[in-house]
Amino acid sequence: MTDKLLTVEDLRVSFPTRTGEVQAVRGVSFTLGRERLGIVGESGSGKSQTGRAIMGLTPKHAKITAKTLNFAGRDLLAISDRERREIRGKRIAMVLQDPKYSLNPVSTIGRQIIETLKTHERISTAEAKARTLAMLEAVQIRDPERVFSLYPHEVSGGMGQRVMIAMMLICGPELLIADEPTSALDVTVQLEVLGILDKLVAERGMGLIFVSHDLRLVSSFCDRVLVMYAGRVVEELPSADLSKAQHPYTQGLLNCLPTIGTDRHPLPVLDRKKEWAL
Amino acid sequence: MTANVLSVRDMVVTFDDFVALDHVSVDVATGESFGIVGESGSGKSTLLRAVAGLNTFSAGTLSINGQSYSGRSRSKDFYRTVQMVFQDPYGSLHPRQTVDRLLLEPLAIHGFDNVDQRIMRALDEVGLGSGFRFRYSHQLSGGQRQRVAIARALILEPKVLLLDEPTSALDASIQAEILNLLEQARKDRGLTFVMVSHDLGVISHMCERLAVMKSGKVVETVTADALESRAFSADYTRQLMTASEGFRRV
Repeated sequence: MTDKLLTVEDLRVSFPTRTGEVQAVRGVSFTLGRERLGIVGESGSGKSQTGRAIMGLTPKHAKITAKTLNFAGRDLLAISDRERREIRGKRIAMVLQDPKYSLNPVSTIGRQIIETLKTHERISTAEAKARTLAMLEAVQIRDPERVFSLYPHEVSGGMGQRVMIAMMLICGPELLIADEPTSALDVTVQLEVLGILDKLVAERGMGLIFVSHDLRLVSSFCDRVLVMYAGRVVEELPSADLSKAQHPYTQGLLNCLPTIGTDRHPLPVLDRKKEWAL
Repeated sequence: MTANVLSVRDMVVTFDDFVALDHVSVDVATGESFGIVGESGSGKSTLLRAVAGLNTFSAGTLSINGQSYSGRSRSKDFYRTVQMVFQDPYGSLHPRQTVDRLLLEPLAIHGFDNVDQRIMRALDEVGLGSGFRFRYSHQLSGGQRQRVAIARALILEPKVLLLDEPTSALDASIQAEILNLLEQARKDRGLTFVMVSHDLGVISHMCERLAVMKSGKVVETVTADALESRAFSADYTRQLMTASEGFRRV
């Protein structure tokens, strides 16, 4: 792709703790156009912190440095909090893992989505409501009027995640960061939600960063995959070439999954080498 | 089948008006590894909990090792035979007890001797070693906690292990380690497994036979071989199968 939406160069995130500095992300670089990028890794590999740093959700006490962290021509590290807020939600949006915890429990679904819309655009309440209903319909909620006035605890996990996607896409962001968007959902519901996400991302021409621990899922969903280990990118490859992965960690991740129709007892386990983390 | 270590007949579990288990019957032979798959709310965990005496059941029979049980009361003998490993390793260990204390508790309740050796051996068996003995659970990673939970279940030398999604909270690479550990333990001790999971891949790897559950009913019971050769009849099983193969763009 020619137009670079996001350029990340040598991104580092570290947290001061009592026992010294913990480096969660140690020099991650990538560029993103209007494409689907997957970031895969185990817990603690820094994949979520990478997404959060781009979104500007890293806790205040953490230290973020980068040679470049450029979104559509603006340096994300240099801009003020106010400018950051203008971008966040409007131009970069983020879908979180579990709708149970990430939706506001004391506000109805409709009100939450309208709130997002009214923060970023000056529109009348009636128009906001109309757009919210249209968006709920776009994420394939059958009865948007009813869901509009429900509270988050009154809907299922799959429905909650659709609401979340609706809320994030309503302002028409250019970049969507999805942090394990389907890990909390049932296998059968997962596919539905992914299908909706896939369709909307394609229709609206957004860039997508898909963060997940599931290498197979990511490779079937994204164009390109970054594999992270201990805060670094150990391998970057097109999804189609996943079987040609060079790094032993990527190969290990692929091999350790039990699948139907293969008889491997015991399962191969990852033999973590020290030099991977260097 | 001749020797069923666990037999559930027409079990019904209701929570107020909600029927969680609707006349479920399951037989598990001695030494077998039996899997239960289904989506959340299908009743798979409820079945396991009803067997373990964590839920009551309002109709049907449950017999384990030839002995019948009802309601929630279980004899001490029962817990010597049947032990359970839970899904969430962060929630199933006492936060203010050391690993040593956690493993001592079941031994003390059942009046075992050689406590010291048993604890050491249990830790060795799950690959933790004595260095972990006096740690608290918050000092352990998810995989290590699940190992402690397995050690706690195995320390009583049970015959049946109930596994409620033992690896779904873990990373894929850690999952492989835990599954290998469970398989080894089963081989060494001749255990019977009843394993609940939403992941068909895991179940077909671990189990010889499996039941597919949906909305409180057993949709069908198939062997793992039949699953591989796609020799199943229910639509729902096919749906789960497609889902386990991953996302495909239409």
